[in-house]
Amino acid sequence: MTDMSPKLQPVMRMQNLDKVYPNGTVALKNLFLDVHPGEFVSLLGPSGCGKSTALKIAAGLAEHSAGRIQRPGEDEAKGIRARAGEIGFVFQEPNLMPWLSVFDNVYLPLKLAGLSRTDAAADVAAILETVGLAGFHDSYPRELSGGMKMRVSIARALVTKPKLLLMDEPFAALDEITRNKISQDLLELWQATGSTVIFVTHSVFESVFLSNRIVVMAARPGRIIGEIGVDAPYPRDASFRLTQDYAAHCRDVSGLLTRAMES
Amino acid sequence: MADETAALPETPQKRLVERPSRLTTVLRETGPTVAAGLAFVLIWEISVHALGVSKFVLPPPSMIVVSMVGDFPYLMKALAYTAGITVAAFAAAVVSGILGGLLLTQHKDVERMLWPYAIALQVTPMVAIAPLVIIWVGLDRVWLGLMILAWLVAFFPMLANTVQGLKSADRGLQDVMTLYQASRWQRFRHLQLPAALPYILTGARISSSLAVIGGVVAEFVAGSGSSTGLAWVIVESGTMLDVPRMFAALFILSIFGLAIWWLTSMVQARLLSRWHESELGGER
Repeated sequence: MTDMSPKLQPVMRMQNLDKVYPNGTVALKNLFLDVHPGEFVSLLGPSGCGKSTALKIAAGLAEHSAGRIQRPGEDEAKGIRARAGEIGFVFQEPNLMPWLSVFDNVYLPLKLAGLSRTDAAADVAAILETVGLAGFHDSYPRELSGGMKMRVSIARALVTKPKLLLMDEPFAALDEITRNKISQDLLELWQATGSTVIFVTHSVFESVFLSNRIVVMAARPGRIIGEIGVDAPYPRDASFRLTQDYAAHCRDVSGLLTRAMES
Repeated sequence: MADETAALPETPQKRLVERPSRLTTVLRETGPTVAAGLAFVLIWEISVHALGVSKFVLPPPSMIVVSMVGDFPYLMKALAYTAGITVAAFAAAVVSGILGGLLLTQHKDVERMLWPYAIALQVTPMVAIAPLVIIWVGLDRVWLGLMILAWLVAFFPMLANTVQGLKSADRGLQDVMTLYQASRWQRFRHLQLPAALPYILTGARISSSLAVIGGVVAEFVAGSGSSTGLAWVIVESGTMLDVPRMFAALFILSIFGLAIWWLTSMVQARLLSRWHESELGGER
Protein backbone atom coordinates (compact mmCIF):
# COMPACT_ATOMS: atom_id res chain seq x y z
CA MET A 1 0.00 0.00 0.00
CA THR A 2 1.39 3.34 -0.97
CA ASP A 3 -0.57 4.95 1.87
CA MET A 4 1.88 3.44 4.32
CA SER A 5 4.73 5.61 3.13
CA PRO A 6 4.00 9.30 2.78
CA LYS A 7 7.00 9.71 0.49
CA LEU A 8 5.27 7.71 -2.19
CA GLN A 9 2.07 9.78 -2.22
CA PRO A 10 1.11 9.82 -5.88
CA VAL A 11 0.82 13.17 -7.66
CA MET A 12 -2.27 11.87 -9.35
CA ARG A 13 -4.37 8.85 -8.62
CA MET A 14 -7.17 7.33 -10.66
CA GLN A 15 -9.19 4.62 -9.01
CA ASN A 16 -11.70 2.45 -10.81
CA LEU A 17 -12.42 5.25 -13.25
CA ASP A 18 -15.21 4.81 -15.80
CA LYS A 19 -16.21 7.07 -18.62
CA VAL A 20 -19.46 6.35 -20.43
CA TYR A 21 -20.75 8.72 -23.09
CA PRO A 22 -24.47 9.59 -23.19
CA ASN A 23 -24.86 7.41 -26.29
CA GLY A 24 -23.68 4.37 -24.31
CA THR A 25 -20.12 4.16 -25.64
CA VAL A 26 -17.77 3.02 -22.90
CA ALA A 27 -14.63 5.10 -23.34
CA LEU A 28 -12.90 3.97 -20.15
CA LYS A 29 -13.50 0.95 -17.94
CA ASN A 30 -12.01 0.31 -14.47
CA LEU A 31 -8.99 2.52 -14.89
CA PHE A 32 -6.42 2.40 -12.07
CA LEU A 33 -3.40 4.63 -12.44
CA ASP A 34 -1.02 6.11 -9.88
CA VAL A 35 1.55 8.59 -11.05
CA HIS A 36 4.36 9.37 -8.61
CA PRO A 37 6.44 12.53 -8.27
CA GLY A 38 9.18 12.84 -10.86
CA GLU A 39 7.82 10.11 -13.12
CA PHE A 40 7.56 10.37 -16.89
CA VAL A 41 4.65 8.08 -17.76
CA SER A 42 3.47 7.44 -21.31
CA LEU A 43 -0.05 6.32 -22.11
CA LEU A 44 0.26 4.28 -25.28
CA GLY A 45 -2.48 2.67 -27.27
CA PRO A 46 -4.42 2.47 -30.53
CA SER A 47 -6.89 5.20 -31.44
CA GLY A 48 -10.12 4.94 -29.52
CA CYS A 49 -8.51 3.39 -26.44
CA GLY A 50 -9.46 6.40 -24.35
CA LYS A 51 -5.93 7.60 -23.60
CA SER A 52 -6.75 11.21 -24.53
CA THR A 53 -10.01 10.98 -22.59
CA ALA A 54 -8.13 9.78 -19.51
CA LEU A 55 -5.80 12.76 -19.85
CA LYS A 56 -8.67 15.21 -20.25
CA ILE A 57 -10.28 13.79 -17.10
CA ALA A 58 -6.97 14.14 -15.27
CA ALA A 59 -6.90 17.81 -16.33
CA GLY A 60 -10.51 18.41 -15.34
CA LEU A 61 -11.45 19.14 -18.96
CA ALA A 62 -13.83 16.17 -19.03
CA GLU A 63 -16.00 14.56 -16.38
CA HIS A 64 -15.70 10.91 -15.41
CA SER A 65 -18.83 8.80 -14.99
CA ALA A 66 -17.78 6.68 -12.02
CA GLY A 67 -14.77 6.04 -9.83
CA ARG A 68 -12.44 8.45 -8.10
CA ILE A 69 -9.68 10.75 -9.12
CA GLN A 70 -7.29 12.72 -7.00
CA ARG A 71 -5.42 15.56 -8.63
CA PRO A 72 -2.45 17.50 -7.26
CA GLY A 73 -3.46 19.77 -4.41
CA GLU A 74 -6.91 18.25 -4.32
CA ASP A 75 -8.43 16.78 -1.19
CA GLU A 76 -11.79 15.19 -1.68
CA ALA A 77 -12.40 14.71 2.04
CA LYS A 78 -11.75 18.37 2.79
CA GLY A 79 -13.51 19.44 -0.39
CA ILE A 80 -10.44 21.24 -1.72
CA ARG A 81 -10.40 21.63 -5.50
CA ALA A 82 -7.18 21.71 -7.48
CA ARG A 83 -5.78 25.22 -7.83
CA ALA A 84 -5.52 26.58 -11.36
CA GLY A 85 -1.98 26.13 -12.57
CA GLU A 86 -1.25 22.98 -10.54
CA ILE A 87 -1.72 21.09 -13.78
CA GLY A 88 -0.14 22.08 -17.08
CA PHE A 89 -1.60 20.77 -20.32
CA VAL A 90 -0.05 20.63 -23.76
CA PHE A 91 -2.67 19.95 -26.39
CA GLN A 92 -2.38 18.19 -29.74
CA GLU A 93 -2.68 21.59 -31.36
CA PRO A 94 -0.58 24.46 -29.99
CA ASN A 95 -3.86 26.26 -29.13
CA LEU A 96 -2.27 29.69 -28.95
CA MET A 97 -4.30 32.89 -29.01
CA PRO A 98 -3.58 34.29 -32.48
CA TRP A 99 -4.10 37.86 -31.26
CA LEU A 100 -1.47 37.62 -28.52
CA SER A 101 2.29 37.81 -28.93
CA VAL A 102 4.43 34.87 -27.83
CA PHE A 103 5.14 36.66 -24.56
CA ASP A 104 1.48 37.37 -23.87
CA ASN A 105 0.44 33.83 -24.76
CA VAL A 106 2.82 32.47 -22.15
CA TYR A 107 1.78 35.19 -19.69
CA LEU A 108 -1.92 34.28 -20.09
CA PRO A 109 -2.16 31.65 -17.30
CA LEU A 110 -0.50 34.05 -14.86
CA LYS A 111 -2.72 36.88 -16.02
CA LEU A 112 -5.81 34.76 -15.42
CA ALA A 113 -4.44 34.07 -11.94
CA GLY A 114 -4.35 37.81 -11.34
CA LEU A 115 -0.61 38.45 -11.70
CA SER A 116 0.38 41.77 -13.28
CA ARG A 117 2.44 41.79 -16.45
CA THR A 118 5.43 43.38 -14.69
CA ASP A 119 5.36 40.85 -11.87
CA ALA A 120 5.13 37.97 -14.32
CA ALA A 121 7.73 39.28 -16.78
CA ALA A 122 10.73 37.57 -15.17
CA ASP A 123 9.03 34.15 -15.01
CA VAL A 124 7.75 34.41 -18.57
CA ALA A 125 11.13 35.47 -19.91
CA ALA A 126 12.86 32.66 -18.01
CA ILE A 127 10.58 29.93 -19.33
CA LEU A 128 10.82 31.29 -22.90
CA GLU A 129 14.59 31.18 -22.56
CA THR A 130 14.38 27.57 -21.37
CA VAL A 131 12.33 26.42 -24.37
CA GLY A 132 14.70 28.26 -26.72
CA LEU A 133 12.49 31.17 -27.70
CA ALA A 134 14.34 34.00 -25.96
CA GLY A 135 14.38 36.17 -29.08
CA PHE A 136 10.73 35.73 -29.97
CA HIS A 137 8.85 37.63 -27.27
CA ASP A 138 7.11 39.94 -29.73
CA SER A 139 6.41 37.45 -32.51
CA TYR A 140 2.89 36.38 -33.22
CA PRO A 141 1.91 32.68 -33.48
CA ARG A 142 1.32 32.89 -37.23
CA GLU A 143 4.92 33.97 -37.70
CA LEU A 144 6.27 30.78 -36.09
CA SER A 145 6.91 27.27 -37.41
CA GLY A 146 4.95 24.30 -36.07
CA GLY A 147 7.80 23.27 -33.77
CA MET A 148 8.17 26.77 -32.36
CA LYS A 149 4.45 27.07 -31.73
CA MET A 150 4.62 23.82 -29.77
CA ARG A 151 7.50 25.25 -27.74
CA VAL A 152 5.36 28.27 -26.89
CA SER A 153 2.59 25.90 -25.87
CA ILE A 154 4.99 23.97 -23.62
CA ALA A 155 6.25 27.23 -22.13
CA ARG A 156 2.68 28.28 -21.37
CA ALA A 157 2.01 24.93 -19.68
CA LEU A 158 5.15 25.23 -17.54
CA VAL A 159 4.96 28.91 -16.60
CA THR A 160 2.72 28.20 -13.59
CA LYS A 161 5.29 25.66 -12.34
CA PRO A 162 2.72 22.83 -12.34
CA LYS A 163 3.12 19.73 -10.18
CA LEU A 164 1.85 17.67 -13.09
CA LEU A 165 2.36 18.20 -16.81
CA LEU A 166 -0.10 16.47 -19.13
CA MET A 167 0.75 16.15 -22.80
CA ASP A 168 -1.72 14.91 -25.41
CA GLU A 169 0.20 13.72 -28.48
CA PRO A 170 1.88 17.11 -28.60
CA PHE A 171 4.38 16.27 -31.33
CA ALA A 172 2.09 14.28 -33.64
CA ALA A 173 1.88 17.08 -36.20
CA LEU A 174 5.62 17.74 -36.34
CA ASP A 175 8.11 16.30 -38.82
CA GLU A 176 10.46 13.62 -37.50
CA ILE A 177 13.57 15.79 -37.28
CA THR A 178 11.77 18.49 -35.32
CA ARG A 179 10.07 15.85 -33.20
CA ASN A 180 13.35 14.19 -32.19
CA LYS A 181 14.89 17.51 -31.29
CA ILE A 182 11.95 18.74 -29.28
CA SER A 183 11.63 15.34 -27.52
CA GLN A 184 15.18 15.58 -26.31
CA ASP A 185 14.66 19.17 -25.19
CA LEU A 186 11.55 18.09 -23.33
CA LEU A 187 13.56 15.46 -21.42
CA GLU A 188 16.12 18.07 -20.41
CA LEU A 189 13.34 20.39 -19.31
CA TRP A 190 11.67 17.61 -17.32
CA GLN A 191 14.93 16.80 -15.57
CA ALA A 192 15.74 20.43 -14.88
CA THR A 193 12.31 21.22 -13.42
CA GLY A 194 11.81 17.90 -11.65
CA SER A 195 8.19 17.85 -12.79
CA THR A 196 5.94 14.88 -13.32
CA VAL A 197 4.70 14.11 -16.83
CA ILE A 198 1.91 12.04 -18.30
CA PHE A 199 2.46 11.81 -22.03
CA VAL A 200 -0.16 10.41 -24.40
CA THR A 201 1.19 8.98 -27.65
CA HIS A 202 0.60 6.36 -30.28
CA SER A 203 4.28 6.03 -31.09
CA VAL A 204 6.17 3.11 -29.54
CA PHE A 205 9.52 4.72 -30.29
CA GLU A 206 8.57 8.06 -28.80
CA SER A 207 7.27 6.43 -25.62
CA VAL A 208 10.38 4.29 -25.12
CA PHE A 209 12.70 7.23 -25.74
CA LEU A 210 10.92 9.54 -23.30
CA SER A 211 9.40 7.61 -20.44
CA ASN A 212 10.47 5.61 -17.46
CA ARG A 213 7.09 3.86 -17.45
CA ILE A 214 4.82 2.97 -20.36
CA VAL A 215 1.19 2.15 -19.71
CA VAL A 216 -0.36 0.28 -22.65
CA MET A 217 -4.08 0.61 -23.26
CA ALA A 218 -6.56 -1.32 -25.40
CA ALA A 219 -9.78 -0.12 -27.00
CA ARG A 220 -13.46 -1.09 -26.73
CA PRO A 221 -13.73 -0.59 -23.86
CA GLY A 222 -10.75 1.64 -23.10
CA ARG A 223 -8.65 -0.07 -20.44
CA ILE A 224 -5.08 -0.66 -19.28
CA ILE A 225 -3.70 -4.03 -20.32
CA GLY A 226 -0.19 -3.77 -18.99
CA GLU A 227 2.81 -1.62 -18.32
CA ILE A 228 6.51 -1.73 -19.05
CA GLY A 229 9.26 0.10 -17.19
CA VAL A 230 12.15 1.62 -19.10
CA ASP A 231 15.06 1.64 -16.68
CA ALA A 232 17.62 3.23 -19.02
CA PRO A 233 19.25 6.16 -17.22
CA TYR A 234 18.72 9.81 -18.04
CA PRO A 235 19.94 12.01 -19.61
CA ARG A 236 19.09 10.24 -22.83
CA ASP A 237 20.19 11.67 -26.14
CA ALA A 238 20.01 10.56 -29.76
CA SER A 239 22.58 7.79 -29.15
CA PHE A 240 20.07 6.05 -26.86
CA ARG A 241 18.02 5.28 -29.96
CA LEU A 242 20.90 3.15 -31.27
CA THR A 243 21.34 0.95 -28.20
CA GLN A 244 20.35 -2.72 -27.78
CA ASP A 245 18.45 -1.69 -24.69
CA TYR A 246 16.29 0.73 -26.67
CA ALA A 247 15.58 -1.86 -29.36
CA ALA A 248 14.67 -4.47 -26.74
CA HIS A 249 12.24 -2.14 -25.04
CA CYS A 250 10.66 -1.17 -28.36
CA ARG A 251 10.17 -4.86 -29.10
CA ASP A 252 8.56 -5.51 -25.72
CA VAL A 253 6.26 -2.53 -25.99
CA SER A 254 5.30 -3.43 -29.57
CA GLY A 255 4.50 -6.96 -28.41
CA LEU A 256 2.23 -5.64 -25.68
CA LEU A 257 0.62 -3.23 -28.12
CA THR A 258 -0.05 -6.06 -30.57
CA ARG A 259 -1.82 -7.91 -27.77
CA ALA A 260 -3.79 -4.76 -27.07
CA MET A 261 -4.89 -4.64 -30.69
CA GLU A 262 -5.93 -8.30 -30.72
CA SER A 263 -7.78 -8.35 -27.41
CA MET B 1 41.27 25.31 -62.45
CA ALA B 2 42.00 29.01 -62.14
CA ASP B 3 41.17 29.51 -65.82
CA GLU B 4 37.66 28.25 -65.36
CA THR B 5 36.85 30.54 -62.47
CA ALA B 6 38.28 33.44 -64.42
CA ALA B 7 36.08 32.56 -67.38
CA LEU B 8 32.93 32.96 -65.32
CA PRO B 9 31.07 36.11 -66.31
CA GLU B 10 30.67 38.80 -63.68
CA THR B 11 27.32 38.64 -62.04
CA PRO B 12 25.95 42.15 -61.86
CA GLN B 13 25.66 43.20 -58.25
CA LYS B 14 22.01 43.98 -58.15
CA ARG B 15 19.61 43.79 -55.26
CA LEU B 16 17.11 41.10 -56.02
CA VAL B 17 14.14 43.10 -54.84
CA GLU B 18 14.17 46.85 -55.10
CA ARG B 19 12.18 48.29 -52.24
CA PRO B 20 9.88 50.84 -53.86
CA SER B 21 9.58 54.27 -52.31
CA ARG B 22 6.39 55.28 -50.53
CA LEU B 23 5.38 57.66 -53.31
CA THR B 24 5.73 55.03 -56.03
CA THR B 25 3.68 52.59 -53.95
CA VAL B 26 0.89 55.12 -53.55
CA LEU B 27 1.00 55.99 -57.26
CA ARG B 28 1.05 52.33 -58.19
CA GLU B 29 -1.97 51.64 -55.97
CA THR B 30 -4.14 54.63 -56.79
CA GLY B 31 -2.87 55.50 -60.28
CA PRO B 32 -5.06 53.06 -62.21
CA THR B 33 -8.13 54.04 -60.19
CA VAL B 34 -7.67 57.76 -60.84
CA ALA B 35 -6.84 57.13 -64.51
CA ALA B 36 -9.99 55.07 -65.03
CA GLY B 37 -12.10 57.75 -63.36
CA LEU B 38 -10.60 60.55 -65.46
CA ALA B 39 -11.04 58.55 -68.65
CA PHE B 40 -14.67 57.92 -67.79
CA VAL B 41 -15.34 61.61 -67.10
CA LEU B 42 -13.55 62.60 -70.31
CA ILE B 43 -15.53 60.18 -72.47
CA TRP B 44 -18.71 61.39 -70.77
CA GLU B 45 -17.89 65.03 -71.47
CA ILE B 46 -17.00 64.39 -75.11
CA SER B 47 -19.96 62.14 -75.89
CA VAL B 48 -22.50 64.50 -74.33
CA HIS B 49 -21.24 67.34 -76.57
CA ALA B 50 -20.73 65.17 -79.63
CA LEU B 51 -24.13 63.51 -79.46
CA GLY B 52 -25.93 66.68 -78.42
CA VAL B 53 -27.58 65.15 -75.35
CA SER B 54 -29.91 67.55 -73.56
CA LYS B 55 -28.60 68.83 -70.22
CA PHE B 56 -31.95 67.87 -68.70
CA VAL B 57 -31.20 64.24 -69.46
CA LEU B 58 -27.46 63.96 -68.89
CA PRO B 59 -25.47 67.10 -68.12
CA PRO B 60 -21.75 67.06 -68.97
CA PRO B 61 -19.34 66.75 -66.02
CA SER B 62 -18.19 70.34 -66.49
CA MET B 63 -21.71 71.56 -65.83
CA ILE B 64 -21.94 69.38 -62.71
CA VAL B 65 -18.70 70.88 -61.42
CA VAL B 66 -20.03 74.40 -62.05
CA SER B 67 -23.20 73.53 -60.15
CA MET B 68 -21.17 72.02 -57.34
CA VAL B 69 -19.07 75.14 -56.99
CA GLY B 70 -22.02 77.49 -57.34
CA ASP B 71 -24.18 75.71 -54.75
CA PHE B 72 -21.28 74.74 -52.53
CA PRO B 73 -22.55 76.17 -49.22
CA TYR B 74 -26.03 74.77 -49.83
CA LEU B 75 -24.67 71.32 -50.71
CA MET B 76 -22.30 71.27 -47.76
CA LYS B 77 -25.11 72.12 -45.38
CA ALA B 78 -27.11 69.24 -46.82
CA LEU B 79 -24.10 66.95 -46.51
CA ALA B 80 -23.64 67.94 -42.86
CA TYR B 81 -27.27 67.06 -42.18
CA THR B 82 -27.07 63.68 -43.92
CA ALA B 83 -23.66 62.89 -42.44
CA GLY B 84 -24.85 63.74 -38.95
CA ILE B 85 -27.81 61.41 -39.23
CA THR B 86 -25.78 58.62 -40.81
CA VAL B 87 -22.92 58.76 -38.33
CA ALA B 88 -25.29 58.91 -35.36
CA ALA B 89 -27.32 55.98 -36.71
CA PHE B 90 -24.14 54.02 -37.40
CA ALA B 91 -22.79 54.66 -33.91
CA ALA B 92 -26.12 53.60 -32.43
CA ALA B 93 -26.09 50.45 -34.59
CA VAL B 94 -22.57 49.53 -33.47
CA VAL B 95 -23.33 49.98 -29.78
CA SER B 96 -26.76 48.34 -29.88
CA GLY B 97 -25.58 45.56 -32.21
CA ILE B 98 -22.71 44.59 -29.91
CA LEU B 99 -24.84 44.83 -26.78
CA GLY B 100 -27.64 42.87 -28.48
CA GLY B 101 -25.13 40.25 -29.58
CA LEU B 102 -23.87 39.94 -26.02
CA LEU B 103 -27.41 39.55 -24.74
CA LEU B 104 -28.33 36.92 -27.33
CA THR B 105 -25.26 34.80 -26.60
CA GLN B 106 -25.81 34.78 -22.84
CA HIS B 107 -28.26 31.95 -22.91
CA LYS B 108 -29.80 29.70 -25.53
CA ASP B 109 -33.28 30.67 -24.32
CA VAL B 110 -32.63 34.39 -24.78
CA GLU B 111 -31.62 33.61 -28.33
CA ARG B 112 -34.77 31.54 -28.90
CA MET B 113 -36.83 34.37 -27.46
CA LEU B 114 -35.38 37.23 -29.47
CA TRP B 115 -33.55 36.02 -32.57
CA PRO B 116 -36.65 35.40 -34.75
CA TYR B 117 -37.84 38.92 -33.99
CA ALA B 118 -34.47 40.35 -34.92
CA ILE B 119 -34.81 38.60 -38.26
CA ALA B 120 -38.39 39.88 -38.62
CA LEU B 121 -37.05 43.38 -38.08
CA GLN B 122 -34.46 42.78 -40.77
CA VAL B 123 -36.80 41.39 -43.42
CA THR B 124 -39.50 44.04 -43.02
CA PRO B 125 -38.82 46.63 -45.73
CA MET B 126 -37.74 49.86 -44.13
CA VAL B 127 -39.67 51.89 -46.70
CA ALA B 128 -42.84 50.27 -45.40
CA ILE B 129 -42.34 51.34 -41.79
CA ALA B 130 -40.88 54.75 -42.60
CA PRO B 131 -44.21 56.66 -42.74
CA LEU B 132 -45.20 55.17 -39.40
CA VAL B 133 -41.95 56.13 -37.73
CA ILE B 134 -42.19 59.66 -39.13
CA ILE B 135 -45.70 59.99 -37.69
CA TRP B 136 -44.59 58.67 -34.31
CA VAL B 137 -41.73 61.11 -33.85
CA GLY B 138 -43.75 64.00 -35.27
CA LEU B 139 -43.06 66.17 -38.28
CA ASP B 140 -41.22 68.71 -36.16
CA ARG B 141 -38.60 66.07 -35.32
CA VAL B 142 -38.09 64.42 -38.69
CA TRP B 143 -34.33 64.11 -38.03
CA LEU B 144 -35.09 61.68 -35.19
CA GLY B 145 -37.29 59.60 -37.48
CA LEU B 146 -34.52 59.49 -40.09
CA MET B 147 -32.03 58.46 -37.47
CA ILE B 148 -34.26 55.64 -36.23
CA LEU B 149 -34.83 54.39 -39.79
CA ALA B 150 -31.14 54.49 -40.70
CA TRP B 151 -30.38 52.68 -37.44
CA LEU B 152 -32.99 50.01 -38.22
CA VAL B 153 -31.22 49.22 -41.48
CA ALA B 154 -27.71 49.31 -40.05
CA PHE B 155 -28.49 47.37 -36.87
CA PHE B 156 -28.95 43.82 -38.14
CA PRO B 157 -25.57 43.10 -39.76
CA MET B 158 -23.94 44.40 -36.61
CA LEU B 159 -26.05 42.10 -34.46
CA ALA B 160 -25.73 39.03 -36.66
CA ASN B 161 -21.96 39.37 -36.98
CA THR B 162 -21.46 39.93 -33.27
CA VAL B 163 -23.54 36.86 -32.44
CA GLN B 164 -21.62 34.73 -34.90
CA GLY B 165 -18.29 36.11 -33.71
CA LEU B 166 -19.00 35.49 -30.06
CA LYS B 167 -19.92 31.91 -30.85
CA SER B 168 -16.89 31.27 -33.03
CA ALA B 169 -14.23 30.90 -30.33
CA ASP B 170 -12.10 27.84 -31.05
CA ARG B 171 -12.75 24.75 -28.89
CA GLY B 172 -9.10 24.24 -28.13
CA LEU B 173 -8.76 27.81 -26.90
CA GLN B 174 -11.85 27.31 -24.75
CA ASP B 175 -10.14 24.30 -23.19
CA VAL B 176 -7.19 26.51 -22.31
CA MET B 177 -9.54 28.89 -20.49
CA THR B 178 -11.25 26.00 -18.69
CA LEU B 179 -7.90 24.53 -17.64
CA TYR B 180 -6.90 27.78 -15.95
CA GLN B 181 -10.34 28.14 -14.37
CA ALA B 182 -11.02 31.43 -16.11
CA SER B 183 -14.03 33.30 -14.77
CA ARG B 184 -16.94 34.10 -17.05
CA TRP B 185 -15.69 37.65 -17.45
CA GLN B 186 -12.10 36.53 -18.14
CA ARG B 187 -13.33 34.07 -20.72
CA PHE B 188 -15.28 36.83 -22.41
CA ARG B 189 -12.55 39.43 -22.19
CA HIS B 190 -9.59 37.25 -23.19
CA LEU B 191 -11.17 34.77 -25.58
CA GLN B 192 -14.65 35.51 -26.86
CA LEU B 193 -14.23 39.21 -27.53
CA PRO B 194 -10.90 39.06 -29.39
CA ALA B 195 -12.14 36.02 -31.34
CA ALA B 196 -15.27 37.97 -32.29
CA LEU B 197 -13.41 41.13 -33.28
CA PRO B 198 -12.91 40.26 -36.99
CA TYR B 199 -16.62 39.45 -37.26
CA ILE B 200 -17.65 42.63 -35.43
CA LEU B 201 -15.45 44.75 -37.70
CA THR B 202 -16.89 43.13 -40.81
CA GLY B 203 -20.35 43.85 -39.42
CA ALA B 204 -19.35 47.46 -38.84
CA ARG B 205 -18.19 47.86 -42.44
CA ILE B 206 -21.43 46.49 -43.85
CA SER B 207 -23.50 48.46 -41.40
CA SER B 208 -21.67 51.74 -42.10
CA SER B 209 -22.64 51.70 -45.77
CA LEU B 210 -26.14 50.53 -44.89
CA ALA B 211 -26.49 53.51 -42.55
CA VAL B 212 -25.81 55.84 -45.49
CA ILE B 213 -28.36 54.02 -47.64
CA GLY B 214 -30.86 53.93 -44.78
CA GLY B 215 -30.47 57.63 -44.07
CA VAL B 216 -30.97 58.59 -47.71
CA VAL B 217 -33.95 56.30 -48.33
CA ALA B 218 -35.60 57.51 -45.13
CA GLU B 219 -35.18 61.09 -46.29
CA PHE B 220 -36.80 60.25 -49.63
CA VAL B 221 -39.75 58.68 -47.86
CA ALA B 222 -40.07 61.53 -45.36
CA GLY B 223 -39.51 63.95 -48.26
CA SER B 224 -41.84 66.66 -47.03
CA GLY B 225 -39.41 69.53 -47.13
CA SER B 226 -38.88 69.40 -43.40
CA SER B 227 -35.65 67.50 -43.91
CA THR B 228 -32.71 69.25 -45.49
CA GLY B 229 -30.24 66.47 -46.33
CA LEU B 230 -28.65 65.47 -49.63
CA ALA B 231 -31.55 63.21 -50.56
CA TRP B 232 -33.88 66.16 -50.23
CA VAL B 233 -31.56 68.21 -52.46
CA ILE B 234 -31.94 65.50 -55.10
CA VAL B 235 -35.73 65.43 -54.80
CA GLU B 236 -36.01 69.21 -54.81
CA SER B 237 -33.58 69.66 -57.74
CA GLY B 238 -35.53 67.01 -59.62
CA THR B 239 -38.78 68.89 -59.34
CA MET B 240 -36.98 72.06 -60.43
CA LEU B 241 -35.37 70.16 -63.35
CA ASP B 242 -31.96 71.23 -62.05
CA VAL B 243 -30.34 68.00 -63.22
CA PRO B 244 -26.70 69.18 -62.79
CA ARG B 245 -27.39 69.85 -59.11
CA MET B 246 -28.97 66.40 -58.79
CA PHE B 247 -25.74 64.92 -60.07
CA ALA B 248 -23.67 67.17 -57.81
CA ALA B 249 -25.60 65.95 -54.76
CA LEU B 250 -25.29 62.36 -55.98
CA PHE B 251 -21.51 62.63 -56.30
CA ILE B 252 -21.13 64.14 -52.87
CA LEU B 253 -23.22 61.29 -51.49
CA SER B 254 -20.98 58.70 -53.19
CA ILE B 255 -17.84 60.37 -51.92
CA PHE B 256 -19.27 60.47 -48.42
CA GLY B 257 -20.15 56.75 -48.63
CA LEU B 258 -16.65 55.96 -49.87
CA ALA B 259 -15.10 57.98 -47.06
CA ILE B 260 -17.06 56.04 -44.45
CA TRP B 261 -16.13 52.72 -46.06
CA TRP B 262 -12.49 53.72 -46.20
CA LEU B 263 -12.51 54.86 -42.59
CA THR B 264 -14.01 51.61 -41.29
CA SER B 265 -11.55 49.63 -43.42
CA MET B 266 -8.70 51.60 -41.88
CA VAL B 267 -9.93 50.81 -38.38
CA GLN B 268 -10.24 47.15 -39.31
CA ALA B 269 -6.75 46.98 -40.79
CA ARG B 270 -5.33 48.72 -37.76
CA LEU B 271 -6.97 46.45 -35.19
CA LEU B 272 -6.29 43.16 -36.97
CA SER B 273 -3.02 44.05 -38.62
CA ARG B 274 -0.71 41.54 -37.03
CA TRP B 275 -2.73 38.48 -36.36
CA HIS B 276 -5.66 38.01 -38.70
CA GLU B 277 -5.47 36.31 -42.09
CA SER B 278 -7.66 38.91 -43.78
CA GLU B 279 -5.10 41.66 -43.19
CA LEU B 280 -1.97 39.72 -44.05
CA GLY B 281 -2.23 39.98 -47.81
CA GLY B 282 0.19 37.77 -49.72
CA GLU B 283 2.76 37.82 -46.96
CA ARG B 284 3.96 34.42 -45.81
